[in-house]
Amino acid sequence: MDQQDLTQAKAPASRLPSLRPPATLATGLRRAGILYPFLILFIVLAVASGPFFTKVNLLDILDQQASTLIIAAAGTLVLVAGGIDLSVGAVYALAGVTAAHLALFAPPALAIVAGVAVGLGVGLVNGVIVTAFRINALIATLAMSFVVSGLASLVTGGNLVIDYSRPGFADLARTSFLTVNTSTWTMLAVVVALGVVLSRTTAGRYIYASGSNAEAARLSGVRVQRIKLITFVLSGGAAALGGVIDASRVLSAQASNGETTLTFTVLAGIVVGGTSILGGEGAMWRTVVGVLFIALVGNGFDLLGLNPLYEQIALGGILLIAVGLDAWSRLRQH
Amino acid sequence: MAGLTVPQPAAGATTGTHVELAGISRSFGGVRALDEVSLTIAKGSIHALVGENGAGKSTLGKVLAGVITPDRGQVLLDGEPVAFRSPREAILRGIVLIAQELSIAPALSVAENVFLGTEPRRAGFVARRALRRRYDELAAAAGFELRGDLPGRGLRTADQQKVEILRALCRNARLIVMDEPTAALGRPDAERLHQVIRRLAAGGTTIVLVSHFLRQVAELADVVTILRDGRLVRTAPAADETEETMLSSMLGRSLGATFPPRRPVPPQAPVVLEAHGLSAPGVHDVSFDVRAGEIVGLAGLVGSGRTELARALCRAERVTAGTVRTADGPLAGRGPWAALRAGLAMIPESRQEQGLMLGRPIAENVSLASLARLSDLGLVRRRAERQAVAGVLDQVGVRVPAQCPRGGVWGGRPPGLATPVSTLSGGNQQKALFARILLRGPRVLVADEPTRGVDVGAKRAIYELLTSLAAEGLGVLLISSDAEEILGLAHRVLVMRAGRIAAEFRGEAMTEAAVLAAAFGAERGA
Repeated sequence: MDQQDLTQAKAPASRLPSLRPPATLATGLRRAGILYPFLILFIVLAVASGPFFTKVNLLDILDQQASTLIIAAAGTLVLVAGGIDLSVGAVYALAGVTAAHLALFAPPALAIVAGVAVGLGVGLVNGVIVTAFRINALIATLAMSFVVSGLASLVTGGNLVIDYSRPGFADLARTSFLTVNTSTWTMLAVVVALGVVLSRTTAGRYIYASGSNAEAARLSGVRVQRIKLITFVLSGGAAALGGVIDASRVLSAQASNGETTLTFTVLAGIVVGGTSILGGEGAMWRTVVGVLFIALVGNGFDLLGLNPLYEQIALGGILLIAVGLDAWSRLRQH
Repeated sequence: MAGLTVPQPAAGATTGTHVELAGISRSFGGVRALDEVSLTIAKGSIHALVGENGAGKSTLGKVLAGVITPDRGQVLLDGEPVAFRSPREAILRGIVLIAQELSIAPALSVAENVFLGTEPRRAGFVARRALRRRYDELAAAAGFELRGDLPGRGLRTADQQKVEILRALCRNARLIVMDEPTAALGRPDAERLHQVIRRLAAGGTTIVLVSHFLRQVAELADVVTILRDGRLVRTAPAADETEETMLSSMLGRSLGATFPPRRPVPPQAPVVLEAHGLSAPGVHDVSFDVRAGEIVGLAGLVGSGRTELARALCRAERVTAGTVRTADGPLAGRGPWAALRAGLAMIPESRQEQGLMLGRPIAENVSLASLARLSDLGLVRRRAERQAVAGVLDQVGVRVPAQCPRGGVWGGRPPGLATPVSTLSGGNQQKALFARILLRGPRVLVADEPTRGVDVGAKRAIYELLTSLAAEGLGVLLISSDAEEILGLAHRVLVMRAGRIAAEFRGEAMTEAAVLAAAFGAERGA
């Protein structure tokens, strides 16, 4: 990719300091975080439950988690930049009903674009409130979630929007390509794209810098507020895309879809993965593993026929452990 | 001992030793803040600690009050050895520190602030009437006229100070350490505070006054202890001291600090930074210039507006009036981003709070300001980044092993470029900040306290860096509380006082005495 550098490279690669710190067992375990519990749970489920380790079940899990993963991918950027977005559940619902409603009489493509555009718009408003008016992101997006929920109810008039008469709208999520649904492909594309942004681009570095030490970033020429604004716009857009995909998947949408449950599932997935709620630390793979870990817990309860009442208790416990470990490792670091 | 110790106005209260410090030493990251300091504080006396910025006077006050634990040495309280591990333990033994930054809860009333944490209670609820009655008693005993029902919010600094003093008194404080109590006060309020302090001392309370207002010290104190570079110069009755004798004792060479030779600035060197009539919060109508290759020192006391000026120059703070010009012309646009684009970079005062992303890798910290150059279409060229970072770290003298040998679990990780920057020593962290700026390649560098909290070796390395940067044609504005450092490095010295440039010295006139006198505001011909 950069030939110029390869030719300019005087020292052989092995002489340069490694960008990767050496892994000792202790540091390695901590850095890996959720990965080992995830793998253990995966193996346990594969052994304990026959239907678990089947292509159908695994693809089904991915398909069901597509929207959550898309939203969590963008949410990771928001959290790493030092923000938080509590309006994703509401945006998901608003975009879903907007697209479903438009799909009743407009071409599906237009419905999809409009749905996502609504989300980008809400994200922009969130970003402006947080950056220009310096209102705490937690409160700003919480307030916006009420406003957006209200708008969603206005669109539907309180009813379920049903698109069974418009099967074309389902193509977005349910077209099969190489035996995998387009919803899953879309999710993969978004996760990989945002993962590349976070870990490989200057924008990604600025996101980490803004969340890690905003003043240091500012003095180094990073336009912190602009970076934060962009993460909120992306988060709104991703939440909307998730909402539109799910509306397309089930050919219906309602204003009370998901809402707070979705918001907190997304946050839980990000944090369980090991991305810090305080900003500056985190990674896309962590979010993917975290969200899938929570999904596996749910899937396991179903397949093993455990009392689903305990599922929530287990999830809460897992979340507390994850946040506790984060706080603990930060304490040790400083 | 439990129970309220009533201030005793008896004459006997002013005799006897209250606290004795023996051989107190304390280092911060290789820097000796206090070196074998011994002194005796008499009961009911007003004992002043004076010295330059960084002489160790505040640290000594904090050792007394249990905020800082000494590395070595002993504290004897009423002849009995004590080792405070926290301010709380000191408070229980009657020693209270009133810090420079006051801590008043804005939502609580004056009386509630005073009794915060020790409120009279009835069945878990604050007994409001008892609170008010006790407040009135306390205020009357101290001779304060301050209504207890005023809100903490919007209280004038002088009144906030009274709240702090009352708070100390209600905790049965017998020794109050005051760190720069009048720094933020106007003349009349300072006078009033002096009366309060005198009355407290007359009532048997011991006052330790940490101050750099020498005139105030001369007027107020019974005994003066002068510190220099963390060492005791002398303790003497205030009556034997004058502003001049104190000032001259605060000066003097410290050990081992040698400075690289200064290179003369070519007479035709262009101006690379020019401030004209610059005003910002804490800065009033400041004009000066810096030429290419020149190190201009900016001296002054803490709070004189040096850091505020630096931040205003670099667009980190909003400018209310005036212009800043670089070689490219007047600075346009908002924020440090605009200043950097014009080639104006800053090493901030606090490397941990304003400089580094402590949890992030060394490489990311160093390359942060230069990513645009190290990327293609927004993608960071990681190989180029690694080379550039390794090169510039080598230049500033941060050694990063070329390869990372396996670190043992107990041995910790070796410092590869990916280890968090927090694992570096203070000196190397500061050098990493220089590396960030160097990589960016500015034309003017504003360095605010670049050697604060680093060891002697790192100090020397930073001096050499500053000198060689200037030799390469950079304009440097060097802010430091260490007058010696400024005199050793700068071609020209500006002294700030109360937000303005009070004096400028160059050549022969650049002496520590002249700079200090201008900074302290002593009236002398300069």
